[in-house]
Amino acid sequence: MANYSTNEFRSGLKVMLDGDPCSILENEFVKPGKGQAFSRVKLRNLKTGRVLDKTFKSGESLEGADVMDMDMQYLYNDGDFWCFMEPESFEQHQATESAVGDALQWLSEQDICVVTLYNGSPLSVVPPNHVELEIAETDPGLRGDTAQGGSKPARLVTGATVKVPLFLDQGDVVKVDTRTGEYQGRVK
Amino acid sequence: MNDWQPSTNLAMLQTRAKLFTALRHFFSQRQITEVDVPILGRSTVTDANIESISAVAFGDSVYLQTSPEYFMKRLLAAGSGDIYCLGKAFRDAEAGRRHNPEFTMLEWYRCDWDEHQLMGEVGELISQLYAAANALGLGRESPPLAIHKTSYTDCFEQVMGVNPHVAPLSDLQQLAVACSSDSWANESRANCLDLLFSQQVEPQLPKGLVLVYDYPACQSALAQVAINGDGHNVSRRFEAFLNGMELANGYFELRDPTEQQRRFDQDLKHRVEASRPAMPVDNKLLAALEQGLPSCAGVALGVDRLLMQLQGVDSITEVMPFSWERC
Repeated sequence: MANYSTNEFRSGLKVMLDGDPCSILENEFVKPGKGQAFSRVKLRNLKTGRVLDKTFKSGESLEGADVMDMDMQYLYNDGDFWCFMEPESFEQHQATESAVGDALQWLSEQDICVVTLYNGSPLSVVPPNHVELEIAETDPGLRGDTAQGGSKPARLVTGATVKVPLFLDQGDVVKVDTRTGEYQGRVK
Repeated sequence: MNDWQPSTNLAMLQTRAKLFTALRHFFSQRQITEVDVPILGRSTVTDANIESISAVAFGDSVYLQTSPEYFMKRLLAAGSGDIYCLGKAFRDAEAGRRHNPEFTMLEWYRCDWDEHQLMGEVGELISQLYAAANALGLGRESPPLAIHKTSYTDCFEQVMGVNPHVAPLSDLQQLAVACSSDSWANESRANCLDLLFSQQVEPQLPKGLVLVYDYPACQSALAQVAINGDGHNVSRRFEAFLNGMELANGYFELRDPTEQQRRFDQDLKHRVEASRPAMPVDNKLLAALEQGLPSCAGVALGVDRLLMQLQGVDSITEVMPFSWERC
């Protein structure tokens, strides 16, 4: 991979830092009038998700990371791995549980997800922003109680628990925003 | 494409013009003469960390000046008396939220003053502008500006827990590594201090105007070196920070031509070590020092940054007619 110097650091650039692939979030030029110039950089470690602050001397460089985001279809879970497919080439990729991470609780077969590949293997999975899922378990619905603002927890068939209005029942299908985990509406 | 449009709004341009008027008024009231020295010169600074922009005139390399300092010192040596310059300065490869490669600098010199007297005048200038901000059309009426004065030793030691003048280099390198990355393990004393001061100490400086004096001797630039009360070598250099942002840099000016030549040589050595081009030394400045620079203190202040603070904006592009991206 190419090396990138601090003056090429842009938001979204993927670089290697201490052996892990990272995505640059921000790069601020800092220079005392008479002194050495720095780049104050905010990066996200793509393996752990942690955000780091690092200061580099101007002109220092980092190796680019072989990281690529790709839309893929989730096919199935074979017990150990979650299988995703590139829709055009039909090439399949096996993702580990740690790569799937929190996406796990939202995934239904055939969902189109964003899979981040690092050196060709899935590093992380982002589920669709909105999913429609059936309620597997919740307290019985209170019919007619649609006006009050109350809510109750409901477990969805994929495992996620979301807060839903009181009138919903097991078997109802709800639309959820996976970025916030918030109930968006009932799907009739 | 909206690239043709200015990077600021017309109200800010009006305020900018008023600030120039207020600055000129301040100096004319004090009988300080405005000088408009050249921006283009045959030589330039040798500073290890300042890059000049070069041009070609009559087939020769010439340089956009990074500050009016050398020309102003030649005027002082010629007997000009107190002078100020409000004009453009240029520094290559500096662009960011607080930097633009072309910027407006206010620089002035006071004969027979030392750096502490000049720090007092910087305080007077800034607090007058703040106090009259509303009347001058420079910004909102604001509470009186708090002014703090501290030695570099005190503010550094308070945050970092070590004395910047005597701490072993290895300790400073360790602190630098802890605040950034392993690549600082072999950095010079001056670079480690720059990192620690700008990353750790600056954010802790109080609100208002903070005047920091007695810089480390390794960061003397063109200031005289003296011994402080603790017996440590310090440079008679000060900096002004306005709400945590570096605003001005001043010296009790070096006058000894031999020492000046030695610092030029040292700068050039550092530049060669850092694989940067060696710049031609300004022999006319050295000749002026031979002739005799009057005892004086001088300071350079970033006018765009001052306007950013008066107007409470976060980015230098918002106070310039056309920032670098639109030039």
